[in-house]
Amino acid sequence: MIDVPRLEFRHIGKTFPGVRALADVGFQVRAGSVHGLLGENGAGKSTMMKILGGEYIPDEGEVAIDGQPMNFRKAADAIDAGVAVIHQELQYVPELSVMENLLLGRLPTRFGLVDRRKALAWTRQRLDALGVDLDPRAKLKQLSIGQRQMVEIVKAILRDATILALDEPTSSLSHRETDVLFRLVRDLRAQGKAMIYISHRLDEIFELCDAATIFRDGRKVADFETLEGVTRDTLVERMVGRDIGDIWGYKPREHGDIRLSVKGVSGRAVPQPVSFDVKAGEIVGFFGLVGAGRSEIMRVIYGADRRLTGDVAVDGKPVKASHIRDAIRHGLVLCPEDRKEDGIIGVRSVAENINISARRNHLTAGLFVNDAVEAKTADGFIERLRIRTPHRRQEIRLLSGGNQQKAVLSRWLAEKDLRVLIVDEPTRGIDVGAKNEIYNVLYELAGRGVAVVMISSELPEVLGVSDRVIAMCRGRIVAQFARGEANETNVLAAALPEGASATPTPAE
Amino acid sequence: MTESNAAAIGATRDTPATRRRALLWHVVDDYSLILIFVALFAVLSASVQYFFSWDNMVGLLLSVSQIGMVSCTMMFCLASRDFDLSVGSIVAFAGVFCAIVANATGSVTIGIAASLAAGAFVGFVNGAVIAKLKINALITTLATMEIVRGLAFISSHGQAVGVTNEAFFALGSASVLGLPVPVWVTLACFAVFGVLLNKTIYGRNTLAIGGNPDASRLAGVAVDRVRIAIFLIQGVVAALAGIILASRMTSGQPNAGEGFELNVISACVLGGVSLMGGRASISGVIVGVLIMGTVQNAMSLMNIDAFYQYLVRGTILLIAVLVDQLKNRRQAR
Repeated sequence: MIDVPRLEFRHIGKTFPGVRALADVGFQVRAGSVHGLLGENGAGKSTMMKILGGEYIPDEGEVAIDGQPMNFRKAADAIDAGVAVIHQELQYVPELSVMENLLLGRLPTRFGLVDRRKALAWTRQRLDALGVDLDPRAKLKQLSIGQRQMVEIVKAILRDATILALDEPTSSLSHRETDVLFRLVRDLRAQGKAMIYISHRLDEIFELCDAATIFRDGRKVADFETLEGVTRDTLVERMVGRDIGDIWGYKPREHGDIRLSVKGVSGRAVPQPVSFDVKAGEIVGFFGLVGAGRSEIMRVIYGADRRLTGDVAVDGKPVKASHIRDAIRHGLVLCPEDRKEDGIIGVRSVAENINISARRNHLTAGLFVNDAVEAKTADGFIERLRIRTPHRRQEIRLLSGGNQQKAVLSRWLAEKDLRVLIVDEPTRGIDVGAKNEIYNVLYELAGRGVAVVMISSELPEVLGVSDRVIAMCRGRIVAQFARGEANETNVLAAALPEGASATPTPAE
Repeated sequence: MTESNAAAIGATRDTPATRRRALLWHVVDDYSLILIFVALFAVLSASVQYFFSWDNMVGLLLSVSQIGMVSCTMMFCLASRDFDLSVGSIVAFAGVFCAIVANATGSVTIGIAASLAAGAFVGFVNGAVIAKLKINALITTLATMEIVRGLAFISSHGQAVGVTNEAFFALGSASVLGLPVPVWVTLACFAVFGVLLNKTIYGRNTLAIGGNPDASRLAGVAVDRVRIAIFLIQGVVAALAGIILASRMTSGQPNAGEGFELNVISACVLGGVSLMGGRASISGVIVGVLIMGTVQNAMSLMNIDAFYQYLVRGTILLIAVLVDQLKNRRQAR
């Protein structure tokens, strides 16, 4: 063959105890192209990236660069071969500055001491050349997650990587950061790098990628040499393996009396009092830019952070301030934004994570955990929400993000008397199929009279799922729209701070 | 190339043989520690004279009874990702304090009750400082370790405090159904704390907190309350161990239990309790305690100098941790 691809996966197979993660998967990535990798959570994309990065050794098959079979035994081998894999979970030293992170292991020295001036000048110049707006002296822990991601990418570029893989780079980026990232990716493509781009956001795939491969259940189900003429629906259908139709699947519902009443509530991170109501059976979507105070106010309402002023009531009964267990007793619960830090208990089983709260309602002799009931509850939810796990005893950290999210939801669905459910970014980093399943759970709950509050940074999702949309900006509620009145333009306009750039790129 | 790869895929895919092998590995993983102990026990029984005799077995159990009791509560402490260095000092102080109060009041019961209450108080202070004031457990218990050891020396003027009431000695030396009382107390601790860990909300929440304290709090776990309870109960059990030790030695000694806390933590770690929290099992802790006791006992029978026992204990601990690490690494890949 004349046209040797820069990177080729050949018949890769990988098995973990109880799970066949990849089976006979192969595809090629050309130099100077961006190759999209799509698939639901647990389809095998991340495993593939770990094989590329030398973190996993494949059981079968090989990775070839420029036609040469590579035999990565450890991460350093991959780095030496010019491969840079940027994972969802970033690896950096939070206490060190941008400059030190970029130059780690090769800081310029003078008389045996670090030559800070030289390092600083060099870093500034490289960042400027790449068009990345970062302070070289800022410590990584002071930066936003998006900025830290930039540092990782810049690090890979400075290492002269010729093959770059980005695993869901935009899941926590703002619009502006996303724009910078895209520009960077396009520049790198122009320089002839081969890139793999993993994202659940299909519009990004269309915007950025030249070719794409779709995984499902550890197998390759489709290869697209070009994305010209390929529709969004085709991609979704191949990923999910079924026609999910309208992704939102919204149907109007009857609303009852006011279930959740929030009056003049404030906290340290949201000093201005916030008031709103949610009716039984209603789904209210909260939209705002990152930092608008949506998550913060919900944490105060739930009792996770201290409530300074105001009243929260469920069905007219007051909920104690700053007291999570009282909120749960009133049927008011929260699925937090940061699944890994605040949601799951990683080393415990799926069943434990589901039963941790509701178990108090079915103790034997008022004292002993009832394992039989808990097993039934866990298995019930695993089946109902289609949580993909070998069995309920699996440690939850080994599940993919979407399945972890479903388990955290199950924890609250297991509550006998659920009245108000607050979900914070319930579909972040989750594939289309699982998203759809999570929406259906929200609809089902609302249908049973639960008041649902959904925070999301994805405007189409907020518009597609909510009965009512509330826009927040700088810690205050700035506008409310009924379904039908709300559209991308007016909601986004309301959520933007005064004097911000007038035409930001909407998410869709 | 392609054919051979395809064949290889066919071969590794879930054949009965590979599945059996995987299952076998699973069993070996789960019970590796018990298997090691059984093997060790068998070898020692066959090779060391007097080792496998009733008297020696009773002596072995008696020698690990103090460590056994406190290992149960230390298991909770480590499982919740905390640490307690003060137990050795509590053992010493509880013995001294019990002797002083018993002598002063003439009542062994009051002495024991006062001593247990003192243990509970120290534990409560540990827990409250760690949970409410958010001070690192290592530092907090390092401080109380010094303070309580100091109190033991001050209250006893640095001397062993003999107990005048002979009823007190029964606690350490009386036998029930052929086993000494301290052994029964230890067995009771294993049973009670085993059930607490596995079958109650308290135990499950302890493991959850160790796994992820923030997520546990958001899931409605009373994190502070559980933490305080863990330390308070540990204080009581350490005091109980101290009282029984004093009874066995017929006096409360202010320098008792030095290095005790590290032996207890070693036994727990040997038993597979994770220092990162979230993982613990009572069967592991029991085996950990028994391995420590057995090795020590066998070395004494073989007349090996006590100084070498430190070396052996340290080596065993290091190997146990390494094995555990390798096991985890294999699971992660």
